[in-house]
Amino acid sequence: MEWFRSIMLPPQGSAFAAEVDTLYMFLFWLCSVLFVGIAFAALYFAYRYKYTPGRVTPHITHNTTLEIAWSVLPLILCGWIFFWGLNGWMKYSVAPGESMEIQITAKKWIWTFEYPDGSRTANDIHVPIGKPVKFIMTSDDVLHDFYVPDMRVKHDIVPGRYTEVWFTPTVLGVHHFTCAEYCGKGHSDMNGKMTVDNETDFKKWLETGGDDWKNYTPEVWGQMQRDQKGCATCHSIDGAKGQGPTWKGIYGTMVKMNDGKSYLVDDAYLQESMMQPNAKVVAGFEPIMPSFQGLLHPQDIRGLIAYIKTLK
Amino acid sequence: MAQALTHSEPHIGDRPRPAKNYLNETTGLWSWMSTVDHKRIGVMYLVAVLSAFFVGGMLALMIRLTLLTPSHKLFGKVLIDADTYNRVFTLHGAIMVFLFIIPSIPGSLANFVLPLMLGAKDVAFPRLNLASFYLWCTGALLAVTSMIFGAVDTGWTFYTPYSTTTQNSVGLMTMAVFILGFSSIFTGLNFIATVHKLRAPGMGWFDMPLFVWGTYATAVIQVLATPVLGITMVLLALERVFNIGIFDPKIGGDPVLFQHFFWFYSHPAVYIMILPGMAIISEIIPTFSRKTIFGYRAIAYSSVALALLGFLVWGHHMFVAGQSELATVVFSALTFLVAIPSGVKLFNWLATMYKGNISLETPMLYGISFILLFAIGGLTGIFLGALSTDVHLTDTYFVVAHFHYVMMGGTVIAFIGGVHYWWPKITGRMYSEKWGRVGCSLVFIGFNMTFLTQFFLGSKGMPRRYYNYLDQYQPLHAFSTFGSWVLGLGLIITAAYLLASLRKPMDAPDNPWGGTTMEWLTSSPPITHNFEDQPVLEHEPYDYRPKVKKHA
Repeated sequence: MEWFRSIMLPPQGSAFAAEVDTLYMFLFWLCSVLFVGIAFAALYFAYRYKYTPGRVTPHITHNTTLEIAWSVLPLILCGWIFFWGLNGWMKYSVAPGESMEIQITAKKWIWTFEYPDGSRTANDIHVPIGKPVKFIMTSDDVLHDFYVPDMRVKHDIVPGRYTEVWFTPTVLGVHHFTCAEYCGKGHSDMNGKMTVDNETDFKKWLETGGDDWKNYTPEVWGQMQRDQKGCATCHSIDGAKGQGPTWKGIYGTMVKMNDGKSYLVDDAYLQESMMQPNAKVVAGFEPIMPSFQGLLHPQDIRGLIAYIKTLK
Repeated sequence: MAQALTHSEPHIGDRPRPAKNYLNETTGLWSWMSTVDHKRIGVMYLVAVLSAFFVGGMLALMIRLTLLTPSHKLFGKVLIDADTYNRVFTLHGAIMVFLFIIPSIPGSLANFVLPLMLGAKDVAFPRLNLASFYLWCTGALLAVTSMIFGAVDTGWTFYTPYSTTTQNSVGLMTMAVFILGFSSIFTGLNFIATVHKLRAPGMGWFDMPLFVWGTYATAVIQVLATPVLGITMVLLALERVFNIGIFDPKIGGDPVLFQHFFWFYSHPAVYIMILPGMAIISEIIPTFSRKTIFGYRAIAYSSVALALLGFLVWGHHMFVAGQSELATVVFSALTFLVAIPSGVKLFNWLATMYKGNISLETPMLYGISFILLFAIGGLTGIFLGALSTDVHLTDTYFVVAHFHYVMMGGTVIAFIGGVHYWWPKITGRMYSEKWGRVGCSLVFIGFNMTFLTQFFLGSKGMPRRYYNYLDQYQPLHAFSTFGSWVLGLGLIITAAYLLASLRKPMDAPDNPWGGTTMEWLTSSPPITHNFEDQPVLEHEPYDYRPKVKKHA
C-alpha cells in the first residue's frame, strides 16, 4: 500500500507526516467503501425496481430499528475518527521543550527567518535532521500561512500575534514550503525551499551560508539568489514594470530618483539598494522594499551584481 | 369541490387548460415589475439568479483556462495576469455565493412552489417579497459596479487586514453583500410567516411536504444568521472609512475576530445553501419512485437539526487560523455531529427507492446525481473535520473540491433538478426529455472530471487561490480544465433545450410526474390565484396507496 500512499500524498518528511498519512489512508478506504455502498444501492434500486406501469409500491413509512442503527453506528464511527484526529493534533500542537526556535517574519511576498544565533535568511532555510524545530511566526502586513507539505504542517501567520508550528525533520534533502493563506498579487510566488542537513553541514551553513556558491559562476549564483531571496517577485528581467524597477539594462545608466536627483547605477549603488533600499528610491516607485542586511552573504551580493550586469 | 388524485399514474388531460393563467392574466413590463404575485416574483428571481450563475460560470471557465498551463499562455500570449486572476476568483466566489446559490432555491423555486404546496394564494407578505427581489437587484447592481471600478481582489471571504488595506473597491462590494443580506432576511421572514399562517385546512406540521420543512429550516437560519454578516460588513466599512481599529492590528484590531464574525454567518449560510437542495431531493425521490417517503419525520427533524448544528461549527474553518486550541477541539467534535443528520437523509432517500417503481426522467437523474455527488462531498468532509488530516488539507484544493461537491454537486444539481421538476408547472411546457438526459450526463461527467481531480491536487499539497503552480501539478490541472469544458457544454445544452421549450405551445399536463403534493392539483401554469377552490388536505404527503376518487 506504500506505493498507493505515495501516489496520493507528498513524500513524508517528518514523524507527524506518517501520523497524518495513516489516518488519511484509513479515511480514504473507509469513504471509498461507504461511497461504493451508497452508489451501488442507488443504481441497483434504480435498475431492480425499474418502472412498470400500474405496479403498486408498498407503503413503508419507517423502520425504527434500521433508523436507530444508521444514526448510532455512524456516530460511534465519527467519535472514533474524532479521537484519532485529536491524537495527532495534540502532537502537532505541543512542541517539545528542547526544540530549536526559528523566528519567521512574513511580509508580502517574502519569508525572513532568524536563527537563535542571530543569523538571518530569506526564502531559503536549512534545518538539522532529527531535531525538533519550532517556528515562531508573525506577519508585518496581512495574513500569511506557513505550509510545508512534506511535513504535513501548516499554520496561519497573523499580524500583531505570534503563532507557532513545529516538526522533527526525518528525511535529508530539499522540502518546499509555501504560503497557504491568500495575501495578494505575489501569493503564489511566496514560496521557498527548506534543506534538511546533517548536523555538520547545518552548522557550516549557519556560519557561512554554505559553500554551494563555489559550484557556480557569480552570474549564475546571482540568478539563483534572485529567485531564492524573493527579488523576482518585484524586479523583472524583461523590462516589465513590477512593484520595483526592472533589472533589464539598468546597470551603468543614470536613473532619476524620487528626490529629483539622478544617480549612476553602479556596484556601490546596487549594494546600497540591497542594504538600505529606501535611501534612494527610483522615481515612480513606492519605498516598500525591505532591507536585505544580514540576509545576503558577501558571495550573494557579488553574484547579484554580476548577474544584473549581464541583463542588457 | 375538493379535488382528489390517484397517485400512481400521470394525469394527462384531466380537464381543459384555463384560458387565463398567471402568465397572461395581465401583460406588459410594468405588470411584471409591480407584481406582488409570488409566482411572477419567483420567475423574475429565476431569471435573475440564472443570469448570475451564467456570469459566475464564465468567470469559473476563465479561472480554469488560466490554470491550464503553469505559464498561463494560450496561443503564445498571457491572457490573464496575477492581479486579474485574483479579481476573477474573488468575483466568481462572491457572485456564486451571494448572488446565485443563497437566493437561488428560496428566491425562485420556493417562492413559486411553497404557497402552492401549502394550498395558499400567496406568501404572507407579498409586497415584502417584491422588496426582497428589488434589494437583490440593487445588491447585484452594486456588485457589478464594483467590478467596473477595478474589482475586488480579496477573495469572497474578505479576510482582514488584507481587505481593509487593499486599494480596491471593497466598500462597494461589502455594501452589495450587506444589501443582499437584507434581501435574504426578507425572504426568510416571509416564508416563516407563510408556513405558520397559511397552511391549507387540515394540513398539520407533519402533513407538510418535506420541501416546505427544508425551506422553513432555511428561513430560520436566514433570519438568525444573516444580521451577523450585515454587522460584520458595517464594521469593515467603519474600519476602512473612519480608521477605527476593529480588525486591523496596526490600529488595535484583531484579524481573527473578523474570521469568527464572518464564519458565524457563513457557516450557517452553507446550510442556507444545502437545505433547500436536500428539500428538493426529498420531493423528487418519492415522486419518481412512486412510493411514500421513508422516515418522513426523521427527514423533517434532520433539517431542523442541521439548521441548529449549523450555528455551532463555524470554528472548523479556523483550525489553523489562530483560535484557541480548546476551541478547535470542541469545534471538531461538534462538526462530526453534522454527519449524523446528513447521513440520515441520505439513507432515507435510498430506503425510499427500495421496492419503488422507479422511472428515470431528467429530474430523477439529477436526484440520483445529487445522492452520489453529495455522498462524496459529505464523506470528504470527514477528512477536514478530523484535526490532524485537516492541518495538511485545509487551504488546499482539497477544500476547494469538497465545497464544490457540496455546493455545486449538492445545491446546484438539486436546483437544476428542481427547475426540471417544476418547469412544466412554471411554464406550462414540457422540455425535450432526450436532451435533458444528454445535458444531465454531460454535467455529471464534466463536474466529476473538474472537481474529483482537485481532491488529488489538494492531497498532493497544491494550495488554493494560486496563480502560479509547480510543474508537477500540471497534468491534474489540465484534466480539471478539460472537465470544466464538458461541464460548461452540459449546462449550455441544458439552457438551450429549456429555452427552446418556451417556443412551443403549452403542452404540460397538470401533474406530469404523478406528484402527490398540492402544487400538482392546480393547472400548469397555475391561475393567478393559484387554486379555483381552496384545496383541502385529504391524505398524508407522499401517500401512493391507490385511492378511490371521492369526487368526479
